[in-house]
Amino acid sequence: MLERPIPIVPTLRGKTVVNLFFEPSTRTSTSFAIAAKRLSCDVVNFSRVASSVQKGETLLDTTRNIEAMRVDGVIIRHSCPGAARFLAKRINAFVINAGDGAHEHPTQALLDAFTLLQKIKTLEKKKILILGDIAHSRVARSDIWIFKKLGAEVSVCGPPTLIPPYIEEEMKVKVYFDLDKALPGMDVINVLRLQLERQKRGVFPSLREYRRFYCLTEERLKKAKKDVIIMHPGPLNRGIEIHPDVADGKRSVILHQVRAGVAVRMAILFLLAGGKIEKEKRE
Amino acid sequence: MGERKKLLDDREISLIIRRIATEIIEKNRGVENVVLVGIKRRGDILAMRIAEEIKNLTGKEIPVGAIDITLYRDDLQLVSEFPMVQESYIPFDINDKVVVLIDDVLFTGRTVRAAISEILDYGRPRAIQLAVLVDRMHRELPIGADFVGKKIPTARKEIVDVFLKEVDGEEGVYLTKKK
Repeated sequence: MLERPIPIVPTLRGKTVVNLFFEPSTRTSTSFAIAAKRLSCDVVNFSRVASSVQKGETLLDTTRNIEAMRVDGVIIRHSCPGAARFLAKRINAFVINAGDGAHEHPTQALLDAFTLLQKIKTLEKKKILILGDIAHSRVARSDIWIFKKLGAEVSVCGPPTLIPPYIEEEMKVKVYFDLDKALPGMDVINVLRLQLERQKRGVFPSLREYRRFYCLTEERLKKAKKDVIIMHPGPLNRGIEIHPDVADGKRSVILHQVRAGVAVRMAILFLLAGGKIEKEKRE
Repeated sequence: MGERKKLLDDREISLIIRRIATEIIEKNRGVENVVLVGIKRRGDILAMRIAEEIKNLTGKEIPVGAIDITLYRDDLQLVSEFPMVQESYIPFDINDKVVVLIDDVLFTGRTVRAAISEILDYGRPRAIQLAVLVDRMHRELPIGADFVGKKIPTARKEIVDVFLKEVDGEEGVYLTKKK
């Protein structure tokens, strides 16, 4: 559709959504904004910094106010797990979770799965490795759910301080602390962004040490399958969790993910805004 | 479920395809600058067949595309819970061309209205013409077909089904009266 002279369809004409982002984001909010506009849906952006939240307004009040202006949908990113659900139960507009704390990031998981399915027809029995700061990653959690649901074998790898203690038992994934041991046989490697703020809290000794043990380099990839697919939700910390040559290399689908993101978000908006929205509140 | 009557059999459909192809050639004085766009589902199959006939009659292969109009409908709220959207495929330039839209049944005209909107997002055609296998009347918009296979007066509640062998395994047009 994006290749047409007019890359817009009139499907959601007359509808309005609000990007309610309490945590910084350019990539996700832009992706949603573009998705909405391609469907002729209006978008309003709310950023935490320049808002009444600074004056102490509660989440619910903020949203009720916005809803009173006849908004059809809310796309929310918030640092509290459960924020999206909290909202969905209390307002009439539909709610999309764009990330709630370290809990989930469902649209990222959907676009990750979609990207993979475009490359390899099925995820049944495929081996997928999620590499990085698993403990604080909502992307990791959502990805684990979706990849397992689609039949893949999921493993995680990272420093012991960044892997949640019961993840092996609770989420049924294999845990590796040694990247070289994790790589052989993997079909897909999803590299997570190292949140550099964590380093200040002493979760690992230094960036240099993290890089030495966990940076995905071309050299390391020799241990993996030749046609292994490399993913990253972005934004990249080049040279820290992933080497630039890998990120920009032939096996990388990072830019495909971004493109898929717009398509997947368009589909989600279409289904939530175009269908019978009075029936049920959805997240 | 009421009684089902067969309106057109496979031979009649064949003859209609040939006639419509001839009429398209006649009305446009040849097929220079003519392109066909079928409306999914089934309109695209008819478009392929008509193009084949045109090739038999003129020796020329004209471009054929197909569109899914789901995203241009005016009634999304009333459609099923999970509408399936298929791919629209027009891999050629339609600017200054005569676009012949092709569909199986013309009823209220809303599908064709959506198709016109979608076509115009691809460029500015010289003209848009419409060919349909069956016109069952009951128009809700001022839309008309240039080429009609068969005009059938129907009651609103009756159902017209078109089966084509490429997707349905059989060939035929049926009218079902609701009890």
